[in-house]
Amino acid sequence: MELLNLAVKAIFVENIVLSFFLGMCSFLALSKKVETATGLGIAVVFVLTMTTPLNWLIHHFLLQDGALAWTGVASLARLDLSFLNFICFIAVIASAVQLVEMTLDRFFPALYNALGIFLPLITVNCSILGGSLFMVEREYNLSEATVFGFSAGFGFFLAIVSLSAIRKKLRYSNIPPGLKGLGITFIMTGLMSIGFLCFSGISL
Amino acid sequence: MKFMMNHLEKMKPLFKPGGKLEKLYPLFEAQETFMFTPPTVTKSSPHIRDANDMKRTMITVIFALIPCILFGMYNAGRQHNIVNMVQNATLMTHLLQGALLVMPIIMASYVAGGIWEVLFAVVRKHEINEGFLVTGMLFPLTLPPTIPLWQVAVGISFGVIIGKEVFGGTGFNVLNPALTARAFLFFAYPQQISGDSVWTSVVKGGAIMDGFSGATPLAIAAQVPSGGNVIEALREGGFTWMSMFGGLEGGSIGETGVIPILIGAAILIITGVGAWRIMAGGVLGLFIGSTLMNFVGNAQPEFKAFTMLPFHYHLVVGSFLFGIVFMATDPVSASATNAGKWVYGSLIGLLTIVIRVTNPAYPEGVMLSILFMNVMAPLIDHIVVSLHVKRRASYLRRFSRAKG
Repeated sequence: MELLNLAVKAIFVENIVLSFFLGMCSFLALSKKVETATGLGIAVVFVLTMTTPLNWLIHHFLLQDGALAWTGVASLARLDLSFLNFICFIAVIASAVQLVEMTLDRFFPALYNALGIFLPLITVNCSILGGSLFMVEREYNLSEATVFGFSAGFGFFLAIVSLSAIRKKLRYSNIPPGLKGLGITFIMTGLMSIGFLCFSGISL
Repeated sequence: MKFMMNHLEKMKPLFKPGGKLEKLYPLFEAQETFMFTPPTVTKSSPHIRDANDMKRTMITVIFALIPCILFGMYNAGRQHNIVNMVQNATLMTHLLQGALLVMPIIMASYVAGGIWEVLFAVVRKHEINEGFLVTGMLFPLTLPPTIPLWQVAVGISFGVIIGKEVFGGTGFNVLNPALTARAFLFFAYPQQISGDSVWTSVVKGGAIMDGFSGATPLAIAAQVPSGGNVIEALREGGFTWMSMFGGLEGGSIGETGVIPILIGAAILIITGVGAWRIMAGGVLGLFIGSTLMNFVGNAQPEFKAFTMLPFHYHLVVGSFLFGIVFMATDPVSASATNAGKWVYGSLIGLLTIVIRVTNPAYPEGVMLSILFMNVMAPLIDHIVVSLHVKRRASYLRRFSRAKG
């Protein structure tokens, strides 16, 4: 029940894109076509589900204040390496992205080409690092971190796929010239987050 | 009529390209098409292959709304007269008092929204669309009768500009403009649109009926402590199923009475203007949601007493019926495919229950669940269409294999 609550919260209530506005760059840039958006969404789900628990292990057993106590060495147990959080998290994320990239290149070349530069850029996608940092800040345990990683990714997936379907519809709209493209997408993102507000406050 | 026609014809050259008032052509066009059927056809979507046009469609919706408007006025006036203990009130005085309360709101909505509509039509050179008549009427009906008029104006401005005109006007909006306007007010000025004290107009400093709290059925049901009996609590608050069906109670202007909404629904369904699939799907979703909640309530009685509210109560409390009949069936922002309409409608019903029961932040969930499903509708359509394409493709493959 706790985990379900966490999942609902991460997908709908605190949607990583629509309520924290993290990962905007790829959200806006890759939502022109439903197929590309689905591909990127799945990639983000995969990377977040992998990196959040991995980073949890690193944070918990290596970097946290007193994390090295399991070595039994008194001088190590006193260490607080959490200033290395950022760089370690990014390194884990970068290697996970590399893995995704190689898999896509091998098995789905069409999607690989469609995602282009934005696939390696997932490395610096704020929503991925954000997932890991939220995990540290909210002091999740390992299973919570896994569920949170997956659900945050799924929230991103849901948001980007629905935006891409909307943008497909907007292609036929008579939008004022100054607002065409990114402008209307920003407005649409704002309106979408009003829609997602219906979940804010839900507790199971 | 003949006189009007001649007059309009005489004015026409002034507004034609090259004429003196060329810039104001949309205003002239609006006058002409409101009163007479012009020989032109609709140029922009939504297109319907029918003798019907945008004007007929939208006017039908207005006709369907008339029972709600009249009942809303009567009810607002009646509530006002009862609570403020007006002596010798009759049906007529109720209605007049209601008109005094409701008409300014409708006027404010039409004037403020109309100004933006005309401005955009003139600058962007599109026609003034009859769609606005519906938006400008639906929006006031979702408001409490005590709403300050400037908020009505601000709300409808947001709805018309951000909800509709930046996308190119009627036919292009993604969200329902009337609901966008209401959601904007709901989040920007929650004090004037939620809580117990906004649903009935009370004269400041006047005598008030004993025991009057102004709480709506949904607010009462949400506050029942776990283990309590919801239906009993509602009855103590003065609400039985029959009284909520009749709808002589506090609430948003157009939503309380079930009978006028059903008349409107019948008009929309018979004329084919409103999609019956969405309405049926919505009621189905509401049924599934409330039944599931009843199961949850039986299994975990300590969770919330609200879970035990049966389906037929959920149907008449709050503004679910108004929303599913008039808001969800907006042909522009709803799903366009038939299968999509079922999915779209039933998810609205389901989400409404989820928000009502499990979300303590909002007593009513219809508005936000329709907005959420507006966001999801293009995705539903996309999935339905691509599934259809796949099915046809596999059929073709099988067919050609059987032949060759």
